[in-house]
Amino acid sequence: MSNTFGVDVNEANPLLSRFEGESPVMQVVLDIMKRGVVIAPVGILIGYLFAGSAGAWSVAFGLGMILFNFFLSAWIIQVTARISFAALAGGAMFGFLIRLGVITTAVLLVRNAGWVDLVALGVTIIITHLGLLFWELQYISGSLAYPGLKPGAGLADNSTKESVSS
Amino acid sequence: MSTTLALLQTAAEAKNTAAAGSAGFAYGLAAIGPGIGIGYLVGQAVQAMARQPESAGQVQTTMFLGIAFTEALALIGFVVFILLKFA
Repeated sequence: MSNTFGVDVNEANPLLSRFEGESPVMQVVLDIMKRGVVIAPVGILIGYLFAGSAGAWSVAFGLGMILFNFFLSAWIIQVTARISFAALAGGAMFGFLIRLGVITTAVLLVRNAGWVDLVALGVTIIITHLGLLFWELQYISGSLAYPGLKPGAGLADNSTKESVSS
Repeated sequence: MSTTLALLQTAAEAKNTAAAGSAGFAYGLAAIGPGIGIGYLVGQAVQAMARQPESAGQVQTTMFLGIAFTEALALIGFVVFILLKFA
């Protein structure tokens, strides 16, 4: 099928296709944020043991920054995916630049503050980012490989069967 | 004596400038790889979603995790930058 400009319009056009419904990416990030809040006290305690109160504040700041970074990433993907898949590609690229800029600005603003330990902050940024991702990946890969094990999957199957049988 | 001190001061300033330039250059280099990686990853994901819109949710989830893991490389470069420059 062609439009008035003679361009083929079909489902494979990333300029016209878009994602509707609840964003799975936001669900993943909310899950990551919950886990981040759970490990925050442990991380802050470890930071305090290694570098005193500056270490504790740095861990809290770094963890907050990483969680905000995840949230911003998911939000950009959620919003742009509802516009079009092409917008999603642009959003992912500019989102990467924006988020790197946000992190750089945040760290440069606090680098001279007395409550910041830069080594603790740097280690926190790397470890929490990768740690939370691997933790989430364990769950995601399990539910992608074995959809039947996904929470609520059995209930959904039963309801479908009931509606079909009735 | 004063000439020697001035020379030492100039050398120290030159060293600081070189260190700052090197750290910034390293951060820039560290951001190139993830930039290429994210561009390729998202391009392929968009193609997959356009071809199979019914699996867009799964593709988005996998794409997000891929972006986040790739971005970790840029973050590592950034942390090295701040540690070299300010610590």
